[in-house]
Amino acid sequence: MTSPAAPSSFPSGLPSSPGAHVRAVHDDFHGDLLEVSMGPHHPSTHGVFRMIVTLDGERIVRLKPVFGYLHRNHEKLGEQTTYLASMPYTDRLDYLNSMTNNWAYAIAVEKLAGQAVPERAEYVRVILAELTRLLNHTCLAGFLLQDTGCSGTPLMYAFREREKILDLFESLSGSRMMCNFQRFGGCRLDPTPEWLAAVRQLVDGYGRFLDEFEALISGNEIVMARTQGTGVLTPALAISAGVTGPMLRATGVDYDLRKVDGYGVYPRFEFRVPLGAHGDTYDRYMIRILEMRESIQILRQALRDLPAGPILDPKAKNRGFRPKPGEAYGRIEGPKGEIGFYLISDGSPNPFRYRVRPPSFVNLTILEDMCLGQTVADAVIILGSIDIVLGEVDR
Amino acid sequence: MESLEQIRERLLARFPDAALTVIANPGPAGQPSLLVGSPHAASIAAFLRDDPALRLDYCSNVTGVDWPDREVVETIKRTVPPPPPAAPADPSAPPVTPKVIEEKVKRHIPGYFEVVYHLYSMALKHGPVILRTRTADRTDPASLPSLTPIWRACEFQEREVYDLFGIRFTGHPDLRRILMWDEFKDYPMRKDYVEPDDYEWEPTPHGAVLDKARRHYPAPPESR
Amino acid sequence: MLGTGLLQGLAVTAKNLVGSFHDPERYVTMEYPEVKTKLPENYRNFPFLVHDDPKDPLGSLRCVACTICETECPPQCIYIVMDRDEKGKALKRPKVFDIDISVCMSCQICVEVCPFDAIKMDQHYEIAETNRFQGLLLSREQLSKSNAYYHQLHPTEAAAVDALLAEQKAKQAAAKAAKAAPAAKPPAPAAPAANPPPPPAPSAEAPKPPTPPAP
Repeated sequence: MTSPAAPSSFPSGLPSSPGAHVRAVHDDFHGDLLEVSMGPHHPSTHGVFRMIVTLDGERIVRLKPVFGYLHRNHEKLGEQTTYLASMPYTDRLDYLNSMTNNWAYAIAVEKLAGQAVPERAEYVRVILAELTRLLNHTCLAGFLLQDTGCSGTPLMYAFREREKILDLFESLSGSRMMCNFQRFGGCRLDPTPEWLAAVRQLVDGYGRFLDEFEALISGNEIVMARTQGTGVLTPALAISAGVTGPMLRATGVDYDLRKVDGYGVYPRFEFRVPLGAHGDTYDRYMIRILEMRESIQILRQALRDLPAGPILDPKAKNRGFRPKPGEAYGRIEGPKGEIGFYLISDGSPNPFRYRVRPPSFVNLTILEDMCLGQTVADAVIILGSIDIVLGEVDR
Repeated sequence: MESLEQIRERLLARFPDAALTVIANPGPAGQPSLLVGSPHAASIAAFLRDDPALRLDYCSNVTGVDWPDREVVETIKRTVPPPPPAAPADPSAPPVTPKVIEEKVKRHIPGYFEVVYHLYSMALKHGPVILRTRTADRTDPASLPSLTPIWRACEFQEREVYDLFGIRFTGHPDLRRILMWDEFKDYPMRKDYVEPDDYEWEPTPHGAVLDKARRHYPAPPESR
Repeated sequence: MLGTGLLQGLAVTAKNLVGSFHDPERYVTMEYPEVKTKLPENYRNFPFLVHDDPKDPLGSLRCVACTICETECPPQCIYIVMDRDEKGKALKRPKVFDIDISVCMSCQICVEVCPFDAIKMDQHYEIAETNRFQGLLLSREQLSKSNAYYHQLHPTEAAAVDALLAEQKAKQAAAKAAKAAPAAKPPAPAAPAANPPPPPAPSAEAPKPPTPPAP
């Protein structure tokens, strides 16, 4: 029922050598290799993304991703504007998760300038980050199932829930997706009690939605047959290739920056890190569902313990901000993996070097390795399970 | 985890002729880095990955930095030797004390390209260790050793550094442009990059964009 | 048993189908042009300028043309020229205040940095235009909206701003009174006023490039 796993004849640390297991020869029976360009305008590629696929019959023997169609040199823009003015641009990196992008950037700048963050702001950041994780994983579950061929229904159910979180973001920050909410040393606005009550209500209802979503699809035999055993990623290759986030944890590697770095106030919360066992597409789907359940736990605790106090450090300076010369690398566990910002300051109002470490860009490294030996239709769901956003890949 | 100084000591014991410098970070982040000479970069990286006490198996971030030529004004204290006595040494003359003078010296630091690697350990959950490699100058073709054979994570990120900074990585299995298109000529992240003048007119009302628009389109009669 | 997962899923879709007829939780869409959602108070899309006197919308703008928002704007979509009298003295009001909303990304940084509470975020979102260039370049006449309008959009925030401005005004008046009280007897002119005004600089009128060329 399942397709054969990708051949593991390549040394796990090295880039794959294409064509190592080609069966096609130039004769009448087997035919030639066929090169197909999937994308850039293709509904399955989640944006403008292209895969140059070499096929032997229906099996993939070589796959080269081509991207950059959305490239706007975000890093150069970051070097030409002030520290504060880069904040709204980070919203546009991974446009599903602007809150975590903001936080990662704020953490890097706070490290660079030695800026403290008030406790209440740390809690609000955790609440927003976990809501973002719910949002991203809900979307991903919908998109992935759409890619497998469950047309419409799971995606629409997922979007219905996502919209509730976006409404919360809109009523807090003023914008559904381009939140521009974090500042160096805290957050822009203090959430009102009504807003927190609305979050509580959403969190209480979210478990029910997940139950329903899982009843809809997780046990579906067709989905299982389609996703189990496809796109297997080994832990050794995942670590070497710098894969992070749910992709990595689906292979069974226990590495979650919320636990490892313990940034913000995460060490105060009790939550588990779900791990996969097979590293296949189904595991990557299930990991996201399980992470959402843990996010609900974190949200409950954060909402319960939210302290009173200022939301922005009184000494924080956003306009005319000039950190001392130095450099800093700040990273957080974004919904897609490790999102980091590397900044070098030369004491001027603009960063000398502004670098984004985008999780979905690095996670794409192993796309070819996961697709080798699989069919074209599998490439679609493998790409879907990586969870890329082209705004972040191309920058 | 050991401090960077300790790691350097151990590396020097293992690779006695390697050039290793600890670069301090003056900012509050306190993330110093280790500058590695190109000839030994790959073997040092392999050592860092495989050493049981470090096991830096995860290369998180790879990026280039373009440091253009800089002029640094430094205040240097200099001891001026006493002028040689004109007459043969006179034993009765008082001993001349050397004078210390301060002077400002303009120092020219030639530019270079730098590649920065942020290494962590997933097995032992520590980090970061920051590696840097530098070119001697900013002349093309700039070339540095690739660490892709050590960490696969560098594959796309080194391609990106090549694409945007023009640093060629020797030993990279598939060094092509990744974000820009293949026919593109320049390297956009360099500090001296001049963007091509193929400007599409948009009526942004001020600044450099307006100046550019003026160059491409004749000014209309005064509208306001 | 093979197929139970399928049947379970079909039960969920059936529940949603029935639920969409009576449960607002399951029927969440709206028929947009006829029905509109209630926007949250914090909603923002493009900036506008607040004026205090509805009879004189351009003369009573709170904006003093300090160009802080112009320099801080990330995509550089604001263009301001200070108004000057015939002698070249700055009048602390904008002569030109343009916002190119085809460039604006609604980030609200101009609102945050404005020390005079002069620029605020609008909530009017039906802004389709047939002219791509000039239609989306809003001038100060189009941007000027009354304080009452601001109160209507963001009631909580506007009340806080009004209180703050009243407090500042009271403080200024108190400072003026305190300053005037000891020096009430001789109305000595201040030192700078005694000097003749500086001759108008010839280039003072247009320190920046004027309006953009029409396409």
